[in-house]
Amino acid sequence: MKDISYHILDIVQNSLHAGAEQIIVDVAEETKNGTLGLKIKDNGLGMTSDELKVATDPFYTTSVTKKVGLGLPLLKQNAELTGGTFHIKSVKNHGTVVFAEFISTNIDMIPMGDMALTFKTLIAMNPEKDITYRHKRDGQEFILDTAEIRRELGDIPLNTHEVLDYITNLIQGSLKALSK
Amino acid sequence: MIRRTLEIIFANQIKYDMNKIKNLADLRELKDKLQSKTKLRDKSEAPEGLIHVKVAMATCCIASGSRETMNYIVDELDKRNIEAVVTQTGCMGYCYAEPTVEVALPGKEPLVFGYVDARKANEIIEKYIKSGILVEGIIPVNYKKIEQ
Repeated sequence: MKDISYHILDIVQNSLHAGAEQIIVDVAEETKNGTLGLKIKDNGLGMTSDELKVATDPFYTTSVTKKVGLGLPLLKQNAELTGGTFHIKSVKNHGTVVFAEFISTNIDMIPMGDMALTFKTLIAMNPEKDITYRHKRDGQEFILDTAEIRRELGDIPLNTHEVLDYITNLIQGSLKALSK
Repeated sequence: MIRRTLEIIFANQIKYDMNKIKNLADLRELKDKLQSKTKLRDKSEAPEGLIHVKVAMATCCIASGSRETMNYIVDELDKRNIEAVVTQTGCMGYCYAEPTVEVALPGKEPLVFGYVDARKANEIIEKYIKSGILVEGIIPVNYKKIEQ
């Protein structure tokens, strides 16, 4: 994928297909070490140890409409190309965590991309799901928690246009503030 | 040095808390504004009476721009005041024609469109969704024939 925000959108689709109701996306940037850690955790169906073994095989998929499953192998490839690491932890019927670490100083590092648009997309299509996005940059972090937003908004659905705009601006503003 | 580190952590925490309070205040203001607005809109439309739009969102779809297509559709439907349910779907199998979008008008068979960029999405909304006029680029879906 061209950037991290596309990878996140892609892997979260896996979580949604696995029936996850809670998804947590953690991005941790350390400018001193030059690393970017990505962690995507869900409480979906999870995988058995056999399924886990083939998860990063591009020719393994749970889809019935095609013979390839490229999401995980592409993320693994991009992380490892920068000299980073990739691994998956999963427990059947409990959930899955995908870990990818990128070396951001490496010439093959991909850009962050449009995080606000990725989360706006996820929330627009899945307003009932609990999606948490935590972005840490060195000492600072900000957290977007749709469960908290839903509690505040009461009856108003999260995929209302104005709410999606609010969320988009919130993410863009918060990310900009982290850079200072 | 420890004191300096603690000062930075403390300052960051205050900054985070202040941002959080401001965000919460903005959110509450938004809620008040929306609550008075949604009272005027009738949301009692049953799902069968609504237009359903599904945007394929698998790996090859995302790589081909389905995120942008989906957001364009959501934004434009809202701008033109067309009520529809827009969701993602997994791979529909038409990877050669991504981004693909399935549109199901009430009472009609769902149609799948291929190569849907913003321009094509605009055409689909203007012609097919608004007036039922068929648009070029429909992917024939033959699952019924296979079953027979």
